[in-house]
Amino acid sequence: MSRSRLQARLAPYYLVLPGWLWLVLFFVVPTFVMLSVSTQTGDIVSGFKQTFHWHTYVEAWDSYHVQFVRSLVYGLVATLLCLLIGYPVAYWIAFRGGPYKSSLLFLLLLPFFVSFVIRTLSWNFILSDNGIVLSPLRHLGLIGSRFHVLQTPYAVIGGLTYNFIPFMVLPIYVALERVDRALLEASADLYASSREAFRKVVFPLSLPGVFAGVLLTFVPASADYVNASILGGTRTTMIGNIIQTEYFTNLDYPMAAALSFILMALLLVGVFAYARALGTEDVFEVNAR
Amino acid sequence: MPDVPTYDDLPADVMRGLISPRMSRRSMLQLGGASALAMALAACGVSSKKGATATGTSASAQAKQFWSDKKQLGTLDFANWPLYIDVSPKNKNDHPSLNLFTQQTGIKVKYSEVIQENASFFGKIQPELAAGQSTGYDLMVITNGTYLDKLRELGYLIALDQSRMTNFYQNASPLVKNPSYDRGNVYSMAWQSGMTGIGYDPKRTGRVITSWADLMDPAFKGKVGMFGDTQDLPNSALLAVGVNPETSTEDDWKKAADWLKKQRPLVRKYYEQDYIDPLSKGDIWASMAWSGDIFQANASGATLKFVVPKEGAVLWTDNMCIPQHAAHPVDAMTYMDFVYTPEIAAMLAESINYITPVPAARRIILQDAAKASGGDKASLTDLATSSLIFPSPSDFSRLHRYRVLTAEEQKTWNSLFEPIYQS
Amino acid sequence: MSVQEALREERVPAPVRRRSRTRWVLPVWSWLVILWLSSPIIVMIVFGFNDTTGKFNIRWQGFTLRWYRELFTIPDLTQALVNSLSISLIVTAIATALGTLMGVALGRYRFRGSGSVNLLLFANIAAPEVVLGAALLSLFLTLGIARGYWTIVIAQVMFSIAYVAITVRARMVGLDPALEEAARDLGAGPVATFFRVTLPLIMPGVVAGALLVFALSIDDYIITSFNAGNTVTFPLWVYGASRVGVPPQVNVMGTLIFAGGVLLALLAAVANRRKQA
Repeated sequence: MSRSRLQARLAPYYLVLPGWLWLVLFFVVPTFVMLSVSTQTGDIVSGFKQTFHWHTYVEAWDSYHVQFVRSLVYGLVATLLCLLIGYPVAYWIAFRGGPYKSSLLFLLLLPFFVSFVIRTLSWNFILSDNGIVLSPLRHLGLIGSRFHVLQTPYAVIGGLTYNFIPFMVLPIYVALERVDRALLEASADLYASSREAFRKVVFPLSLPGVFAGVLLTFVPASADYVNASILGGTRTTMIGNIIQTEYFTNLDYPMAAALSFILMALLLVGVFAYARALGTEDVFEVNAR
Repeated sequence: MPDVPTYDDLPADVMRGLISPRMSRRSMLQLGGASALAMALAACGVSSKKGATATGTSASAQAKQFWSDKKQLGTLDFANWPLYIDVSPKNKNDHPSLNLFTQQTGIKVKYSEVIQENASFFGKIQPELAAGQSTGYDLMVITNGTYLDKLRELGYLIALDQSRMTNFYQNASPLVKNPSYDRGNVYSMAWQSGMTGIGYDPKRTGRVITSWADLMDPAFKGKVGMFGDTQDLPNSALLAVGVNPETSTEDDWKKAADWLKKQRPLVRKYYEQDYIDPLSKGDIWASMAWSGDIFQANASGATLKFVVPKEGAVLWTDNMCIPQHAAHPVDAMTYMDFVYTPEIAAMLAESINYITPVPAARRIILQDAAKASGGDKASLTDLATSSLIFPSPSDFSRLHRYRVLTAEEQKTWNSLFEPIYQS
Repeated sequence: MSVQEALREERVPAPVRRRSRTRWVLPVWSWLVILWLSSPIIVMIVFGFNDTTGKFNIRWQGFTLRWYRELFTIPDLTQALVNSLSISLIVTAIATALGTLMGVALGRYRFRGSGSVNLLLFANIAAPEVVLGAALLSLFLTLGIARGYWTIVIAQVMFSIAYVAITVRARMVGLDPALEEAARDLGAGPVATFFRVTLPLIMPGVVAGALLVFALSIDDYIITSFNAGNTVTFPLWVYGASRVGVPPQVNVMGTLIFAGGVLLALLAAVANRRKQA
């Protein structure tokens, strides 16, 4: 084989190597290490030893299955809300935006230039019992004196929805934007109403974007803990909070590792099944542009 | 349509094979290699190398030897909790007591407010100490309880230089000299103490609160705050069911856990340090609280009240200690003793508003009050006469220390109380 | 001839579209959403001007520009901001370089193992932050590596590479390989081809990827909090401060960062318009 052909054959491997190595060292290997930590026993004072104690997984599920399920439920609800709220906006910008498309998109994403911790803390202020939203409502008699938003599941889900809107809107916008306008003209010429055109032409074409958006929203939303920590109360604890507590307060590394592993398994299995149904290429493509 | 690279010259099945991810021989090798590496790592486990624990006369000989060749180096790295030192009125980041210290001793202080919780701070420094590395700090402030005990057991603290503790032995209050959690003050000197009682807003509760039982009042449903931890929460619950925490048994713990479970529907949230904001805003009306927080909130304009409940309250002490491999231990000792002069103790007490370990500071604060005028005079007098800063003997009788737990007991204790605030 | 031309030839008078009465629904909804998204920002900006004396910036006490003047008077906060900016710049540089190379390889070449590399990237993006952060923490704990500035950099590069890789890959895929072949036919070696032909063509994708990484990195809380040790970044500092009272300087910094972002975007828009003109 000629030298340049050999070079050409090896080129992709050279290019991929540095990034691949980084990911293997700091993503793949740690995942296995975490697996190994999860089967250790001991405590922070006397040290941890590998004992292949798989029972930790049973204990983890026993103690915290409520929080697992709750996290998935919150994630799902937040994702649906993001979809319902975000799709019309993406549609409006893509189809009615005209020359202002990028500016509108920019305006939409502008708030996310600010750190999300600051944004969530601002919500804590806005939604407080005697704050600028609830006070007037109480004066108008629209809500009872004991009514509160903070420290309820609604506040946590609201926070999650708020923080993940861009992850839903962007992929859907990208998919909608690429819909060939000629197809719409064609459907109009064939006497389809605008509603039918949407249902039969636009929406199906936007589905890859919807799938990408759902994926990019559901996974991080289910695993979040900052919203629950700032806006939540009793009975809103999510599995992310538990993992964080086990690592940093209880210093129970095996339990923490087991919980992380279960969470990852739950989410990744679902995601892979879902992605396999579409083919990973689609999800990447629509999201990447 | 999403763009997919099309290779029209290839048969469909080959194309499908190229596009769909599959386990190639290469990825099998990757997987195998990674697992082998991981299993090798698994043999290690997370280590906890213990240092030498100092006990008895050989220990004090060891300590003397340690200190014999150490010199003052001119720098001090001090890790503390937020809002736990004096601040000058104009600039919240200027600390007059530290400036005075630098003036008098020539030691420059690098002050970091990095301790948010004992547990997470311990979690951060443990790996460094286990690996024999310096934490980057010469002086840190740790509350008595689980983590101070762990630090001692693991040998992560440097035994203090008793010869450099003259001010301490002269001026320290009996509450902090030779305490039950550090007999002989081998490893620690108190920084400040505080009480965990009940803070409430009388305007919102509509009545005076005097006991833990008041936090079970259905009228306060959804307006009660408690702490989400395994120290203040359980120990206070033990007091609520009429038991002295220091001598409580496992049966008592179960009773306390039941009390807390009964209370759960009334609780709005199990807070960490962040209850004072909701209490000020009115999101909660009454909460488990730290005495100094309430005092400080009132100094900033709030109208909250703090009460040591009838059944009793927990007294905790934050302690200065020196972690192993500290780079400037002598500078740390100098500072620790410096803080026990009445003038400096008064400076700190006037800002921190917790229980100072130097009773003589009270006299100084009264002198300052006499010299001051107007608002300052009023607040200084408040300080000197407040039972939150200088508790009276009758208060002492209602104050208790945390239950000291062995590792086994800790497991049972945690399994009883963690579900209360974690679910 | 194309579909459009064919249609135009056969044109029957187009059906009259009724001016839909519900045409205003979409714009109103969208503007409401934009308002909802902006409300915490407005609060943040407004309270950066609050003349507050207490620890808590919760009651309006008067207008002042004082916090803008005293912006850097909290050493820990300033240090945290500096840490965030420096870490993000380093992470962006490294992740963009590594990710671009990967993206070029995946988009341009067919090679054995590309499937598993794609899988790796996908798993990395799909895995939740808590798990990524916790796994890396487990590694550091097991190896006894103290966590601090550089472990934050490692962690953030780890989750950023994939974003750059797929962004660049998408751009590469749309590229006509004929251009690179032409360069090679004219005698350019592979490195020269890359820098003078490929890179300029995929630059928008690289820039998009870099901006995305920078944004994700500077705002990252979860992965950073697991791997930060004693080092404090801006989001970590703000979260910690929220326990005892967030100083108005944080509002001011948030406002300035926000304004900076607006400025950058406006400049980009102006530059774009210039290019088109």
